[in-house]
Amino acid sequence: MFHQLLQWHHFYDKSTTAVGLFSDGLFHAFGWFAVVAGLFLFADLRRRAVLLPARWTGAVLLGTGAFQLYDGTVQHKLMELHQIRYNVPLLPYDLLWNLSAAAMILAGAVLLYRTRDAEPAGSRAGA
Amino acid sequence: MHQHQAGGFGAELLFLVPAAAAVAAYWAGTLSSRSGAWPLYRAVLFTAGTGAVLATVLDPLATRSHEEFAVLGITHLLAGMLGPALLVLSRPVSLALRSLDVVPARRLSRALRSRPLRFLTFPVTAAVLNIGGMVLMFRTGLFTAMHESAPVHWLVTFHLFSAGYLYTASLVGRDPMPHRAGFRLRAAALILSAAAHNILAKTLYADPPPGVPAADGQSGALILYYGGGVVEIALIFLLCRQWYMSARPQRSPVCV
Repeated sequence: MFHQLLQWHHFYDKSTTAVGLFSDGLFHAFGWFAVVAGLFLFADLRRRAVLLPARWTGAVLLGTGAFQLYDGTVQHKLMELHQIRYNVPLLPYDLLWNLSAAAMILAGAVLLYRTRDAEPAGSRAGA
Repeated sequence: MHQHQAGGFGAELLFLVPAAAAVAAYWAGTLSSRSGAWPLYRAVLFTAGTGAVLATVLDPLATRSHEEFAVLGITHLLAGMLGPALLVLSRPVSLALRSLDVVPARRLSRALRSRPLRFLTFPVTAAVLNIGGMVLMFRTGLFTAMHESAPVHWLVTFHLFSAGYLYTASLVGRDPMPHRAGFRLRAAALILSAAAHNILAKTLYADPPPGVPAADGQSGALILYYGGGVVEIALIFLLCRQWYMSARPQRSPVCV
């Protein structure tokens, strides 16, 4: 969203544009691979009839939230790799970014906790 | 600026001979009873792939690719990515092994197991040949040379095509390859070379090769970047699908 479509920042903006391009290239390639591989992993769970939708959703929320929070704190603020957007007051963006990340982590954690003992319909067969 | 002979009666037409021969041989194999029920769609893929590569050395594409960087982007995609992908998907080696007589088939089989071929089809080697070739093509004097000399253009096209074929085959080819690299290595090779490819396309946008006007350079780079992106995603899809097919429910899933 933010790198490609809105083009608000590169992955690594602290150095020359060349380095920004390089880091974006890696990020982009890896990201697309993760999307496709993730979809196939999901399909694999479904065909084995071991998918628990609530648990899956919880895991996605937790993972997304955790990465977003890590990005918003460690990468933006500690390592200062890049900011969300330039030439704007940062505080509203940072707050929105990190707070929504925290909300996702919370929602994800709750879902995972509530499904911690759940068993999928097909797990007994051929496991 | 080099011009391929006007009127289209240049030496390039000689390429029609091996291309037509290859397509004819493929169709003969498909229709022969020896190949079993070889699907027709593969013959279509082979024909399309051959056509795609051939089109880049014939006019009008050949001349226009020397004049406009944007058109060069298109021919690069055709000869280096789409053409090879279509050909790899058509599994020509499998067809050959099925429809050839015993002695030539055995020779082919032995050649496939040979050291040089194993080296060339190792994903890392193939990736280096591809990306290295592209860097040489776009960032050195080779760029001007291939526009000024038809034989250099043909040689570059040949390299582009064969490196593209080896690369695609090493990653997602379904032809027999007893020494094929594992899934994780192929995935890593694909990700890293896709990254390098995208980075090169972006630098071409910012900094086109000598003699190319800025606007033309930008259009060409956009074509290379997005067109390349489509083929890359297709390769990722094919690779992950192969994993999916091989990870049958009876066994535990392979870790990605």
